[in-house]
Amino acid sequence: MTDRSTAAGATRSQPAPSRPPPPHPAPTSVPNTGVTPPPVPSVRARTTERVIGILALVGTAATVWLGLWVTPPDRTQGDLVRLVYIHPGVAWVALYLAFGLATVASLLYLWPRTRSMFWDRLAAAAVEVGVVFNVCTLVSGSIWGKPTWGVWWAWDARLTLTAVLLVLYLGYLALRRVPAEPEVRARRSAFVALFAAIDIPLVHFSVDWWNTLHQGATVLNAGLNLKIHGSMAWTLLLGFVALTLVFVWMLLVRYRVGAMEDWLAANELDLALAERRSEGAEDRGGAPADPVGVA
Amino acid sequence: MWRDAALVAGKDLRIERRSRVGLTQVAPFGIVALALFAFALGPDRSDMARGAPGLFWVAVLFCTVLAVQRSVSVEAADGARDGLRLSGIDPAGLFLGKAAAVGALLVVLEAVLAVGVVLLYGARVEVPWLLVASCALGTIGLAATGTLYGALSAGLRVRETLLPFLLLPIVAPVLLAGTKIWQAAMLGGTPSSGTPWLRLLVVFDAVYVAVGIAVFGPIQETA
Repeated sequence: MTDRSTAAGATRSQPAPSRPPPPHPAPTSVPNTGVTPPPVPSVRARTTERVIGILALVGTAATVWLGLWVTPPDRTQGDLVRLVYIHPGVAWVALYLAFGLATVASLLYLWPRTRSMFWDRLAAAAVEVGVVFNVCTLVSGSIWGKPTWGVWWAWDARLTLTAVLLVLYLGYLALRRVPAEPEVRARRSAFVALFAAIDIPLVHFSVDWWNTLHQGATVLNAGLNLKIHGSMAWTLLLGFVALTLVFVWMLLVRYRVGAMEDWLAANELDLALAERRSEGAEDRGGAPADPVGVA
Repeated sequence: MWRDAALVAGKDLRIERRSRVGLTQVAPFGIVALALFAFALGPDRSDMARGAPGLFWVAVLFCTVLAVQRSVSVEAADGARDGLRLSGIDPAGLFLGKAAAVGALLVVLEAVLAVGVVLLYGARVEVPWLLVASCALGTIGLAATGTLYGALSAGLRVRETLLPFLLLPIVAPVLLAGTKIWQAAMLGGTPSSGTPWLRLLVVFDAVYVAVGIAVFGPIQETA
């Protein structure tokens, strides 16, 4: 997450030539436009992101290969069991990693001594990626549920909890889309994330008492007593690792994009003004200025 | 804190007494909702009686959204929100007062809806104290969460559309608990089958009232 330091070396007079081309043209060559340079992640941050991305890709490919070709079909479920390499992993990422991280980041934002936009952006990125994984959980679960339970959807406790989580965090994302000052938005979103997190155990207990059909946990049951063995267990584990890496990679990318969005929202007007001014200079026959530093 | 709460609740209830928005708009809406549920379930009253506990609580949830919208909108004009903040009222007291006013309105609405459910759906009441207990506990939870989310969405132009979306999933446990308790009280379940749900409601109320008292001050700054 070093991309917050926004390429400190790129001062106005010294555009670093060796940097990778910034995603948004950097207005480093404009004098007196008041445009702050966009956040360009450091080379190290970009490398980390790329390495994680490649590892995630390799891990996912390996999981697919092991899951579809190497591991044996199940005695009772047949080929359907292959969903076990994806479905719990996706659910783990969405329900524990992503929403857990969002809760922690929101708390750290609200805590005055650790308040920083970093935590706000991290929470937003985590929720957004988490919602994607949450939908994947519901979809893969439905595909599994139809042949095994005979229905696409059952009002089982876990399914209901997952669905409630989805709407809770969709609400969070909807609130984030409401235009507001960045600090106000950050604070408001952090509170909503926190209230949602508080609600999760309550929803959990209520739907648990309401109805239970889903099987118990396969890996994380009491005593970590695995109910699955051999190549299947290893593939399952690899799937968890691969999906976690996919999550981290998506989180990093989303964070970077979020930082750029914030920069653009703050500087849009200044940028547009600088462009118009340079057009004016061109019309008057002056030397065409280069407002956004493209040349 | 308690004195401030009483002042704020008194103010909101006085506004309600003079404007009668709750009684002339929200309560009739609840009755309309009950009628619509009846149309949806067909003319057979035994189906309705079986669904009565859940339908009652769904109608209460809808009315909660309207009551909270009203509670927020009375502060929307003339910088009333800033005025309240400037008046030196304790934020915790403000929270409790607003929630108490919403809760008082909800209690009246619940009484109307309960009578409606019994008369229109032919639901039989077997254990009245369970109904009363669940309504009392459910109202506290609904009023507390509603006031919290109302304050969060107070300054937003999209408040009307966003508030139900944010609030209704949060109060899902109240709907589940209330429905289960009412089923126990109406459909001949044993009263003891309602007690874990009453406990859940107590926890829900305690959590959100405590959260509201703790964070209502900072929340006001977000609007």
